[in-house]
Amino acid sequence: MKDVNVLMVGVGGQGVILASDALAEIGMKAGYDVKKTDSLGMAQRGGSVVSNVRWGQNVFSPMIKKGEVDFLIGFEEIEAARWASYLSPGGVAIVADVTIIPVSSMSGGVPYPGWDKIKSILAHYTEKVYLLPAARIGEEVKNPRALNMVMMGAIAAFLDLKDELWLEDIRRKVPPKFLDSSIQAFHKGAQVTQSMKEKGVSR
Amino acid sequence: MKQLLSGNEAMALGAYHSGVSFATAYPGTPSTEILESFSQFKGVYAEWSINEKVAMEVGMGAAYGGVRTMVSMKHVGLNVAADPFFALSTTGTNAGIVVISCDDPGEHSSQGEQDNRHLAKMAKVPMLEPTDSQEVYELMQWAIKISEEFDTPVLFRSTTRISHCKSIVDITKDRPAETKKPGFMRSSAKYVMVPSNARVRRTNMEERITKLKAWVEDFPMNQIIRGDRKLGVITSGVAYQYAREVFKNASFLKLVTTYPVPANMIRKFASEVDRVIVIEENDPYLEEEVRMLGIKVSGKEFFPIIGEFNPEIVEAAAVKAGLLPAPVVASKPPPAVQIPPRRPQLCAGCPHVGPEMILRKLGFDSSIKPSPVLRPLTEKEMVIAADIGCYTLGVYEPLGALDTCACMGASIGHAIGMEKAGVPNKTVSVIGDSTFMHSGITGLADMVFKQSANTVIILDNGTTAMTGGQGHPGTGMAMDGSKGPQVNLEKLCEGIGIKDIKVVSAYDMAAIEAAIKASTAAKEPSVVIVRGLCALKFKVKNTSRRVDPDLCIDCRGCLDVGCPAIIIQNDAVQIDAAACVGCGVCQQVCPQEAIVEMKS
Repeated sequence: MKDVNVLMVGVGGQGVILASDALAEIGMKAGYDVKKTDSLGMAQRGGSVVSNVRWGQNVFSPMIKKGEVDFLIGFEEIEAARWASYLSPGGVAIVADVTIIPVSSMSGGVPYPGWDKIKSILAHYTEKVYLLPAARIGEEVKNPRALNMVMMGAIAAFLDLKDELWLEDIRRKVPPKFLDSSIQAFHKGAQVTQSMKEKGVSR
Repeated sequence: MKQLLSGNEAMALGAYHSGVSFATAYPGTPSTEILESFSQFKGVYAEWSINEKVAMEVGMGAAYGGVRTMVSMKHVGLNVAADPFFALSTTGTNAGIVVISCDDPGEHSSQGEQDNRHLAKMAKVPMLEPTDSQEVYELMQWAIKISEEFDTPVLFRSTTRISHCKSIVDITKDRPAETKKPGFMRSSAKYVMVPSNARVRRTNMEERITKLKAWVEDFPMNQIIRGDRKLGVITSGVAYQYAREVFKNASFLKLVTTYPVPANMIRKFASEVDRVIVIEENDPYLEEEVRMLGIKVSGKEFFPIIGEFNPEIVEAAAVKAGLLPAPVVASKPPPAVQIPPRRPQLCAGCPHVGPEMILRKLGFDSSIKPSPVLRPLTEKEMVIAADIGCYTLGVYEPLGALDTCACMGASIGHAIGMEKAGVPNKTVSVIGDSTFMHSGITGLADMVFKQSANTVIILDNGTTAMTGGQGHPGTGMAMDGSKGPQVNLEKLCEGIGIKDIKVVSAYDMAAIEAAIKASTAAKEPSVVIVRGLCALKFKVKNTSRRVDPDLCIDCRGCLDVGCPAIIIQNDAVQIDAAACVGCGVCQQVCPQEAIVEMKS
């Protein structure tokens, strides 16, 4: 059993918490000791959201130490960049091609950096940077809100667990109306990530 | 059975499995989910009280009545409830009562940071502090046991990182088959605190703490973990977890009973190690306890007194203290790219946006750029005294509409004080419906009594929005969502003695402006109720708006609304139809009438 530290980052309303809750439960079912904790801004919406999920033989701190994140799951591009320094050397950054421009940028503050700049930050910490076509997958499954399922699929491609462990949890968490599209999004996220991994593609 | 539970969920389950049947609270991050989880159990009573003081008093009533009780709140809530909390310590109880204080080191969602461990000591109430959800669950049983055995309330202290962290709980217990039946045991000597009785109880309180001091020495959850004897770490709460993470080989004394502390156990531990340090968040509370035992100890000279800990902070401090070798620094600095900050903001369709834009317009000189630096007001500006709630976010740009915010209910007192002190500018108080119920009513009564010409703007969104949409007497909405009797805001204000009461829609900018202008011009106490449902809680959705590209002159004035649905795409202002709930505030702001309904 290898210890796994996952940092999921995004913006309020993107489904980060649901995904990290699921990941923690799946870890527990896989036999790990598990801790998870979220840091979210003061408002319900629109602030940065960060979830720490830790699987291990014996987990003490719920917060992951800087430089020890195995998987940085970015639901939004600049949020991924913001937390890049938490990556361990050789850690994996999986980022959705989603940009949500903060009010501070819109009203003439710090400009929103493009993917090239964001990539350069991530690449400073690891060579393994994957940019997922999340919007396209959302369209394909006709559920743009299934981003968190795409990201779950992406991480599943790296963790050697039975598919059924993931699907069982998704079935329990997602309302029936969105279940089919969610499962499809999960599978597509996993497939795309798998093929990127095999090709060694990092865009 | 193993379950992944947050600390708050574990508190609720632990209380349920300890036979607690009565729980009351006022919502406040990070404590809110305790009562929400507890209310899901069958056969228990759970209610939101109007404020923490009332929650404590209602809880006292239940416990005096022989029913095991839990009262929960955030750290600053215990300030509000301090009066009955201290009184409860004096009288003691009839059935177990646990008072939960969820502290917020780092002020994730609070107006201040405070270490409520001091309150246990001050109120002479035993205090328990868990280090993860498993301990939370087990500790709750002890809390009830201690409460009944020692005739005392127990302070159960959590912090954000205990309350909101999920970890595995092995659920080994079940609810006791029979819980105590309600019944009050009459004793004026115990429950009527006239001085002659209180003096006797005062002695009981000291005796209780003396007994507890001996009792905690054998408490099984205080634990010594023996490692390398060179360094002994005394710690509690979530700081224990960080310390274990950072010091792989040291010896540890984990304290779960933090008032009173097990003095002999501490002495024994200290004698076994070469050097003693204390690792604790916020104040040097344990450090002082250890030092008072005559033990040489260090702590706050290295570990921060401000803010929440994490493993990096503990590690960096340990390096500074020479307890760990300095880490190897990366050779190359990361690329210098500025990442824009992402502040929390009011939701799309939030009913607070319109009134706050009007306040900005009426209250601030638009020729002066907003700045946090102190500056005198010009004659025409108004002082906008605000309160605690979602609308407090209006202090941030682009709204930037508020001047003060201290604690629940203070907005009204602030305005009265400024006026009576002779501040020449007009004042208004901005307060939410839930906060008004919590502690605005007394301020308003004072305003009438003093005939203060202040205008109180009650932003009535029909819920306690900041904490996730709980009910309060103004909504009539009970814990289970059922609708019951409701306190009518207008009639309440009228009954208090306000003659000038105006009610306007939160989405009618002209009406809000006219009402505030008229009320602030008059020289008598006034109330403007700005009414519009919380768009998040009630899932409000009307026809979305869109930007007509032919009419838009790209002035970007609509960005001043700070609405998350207004976005810039391909260098043009657009409205995200999925996010827009059709409140129409941006439409009223646009000088070109370029924002129109989706269908048109």
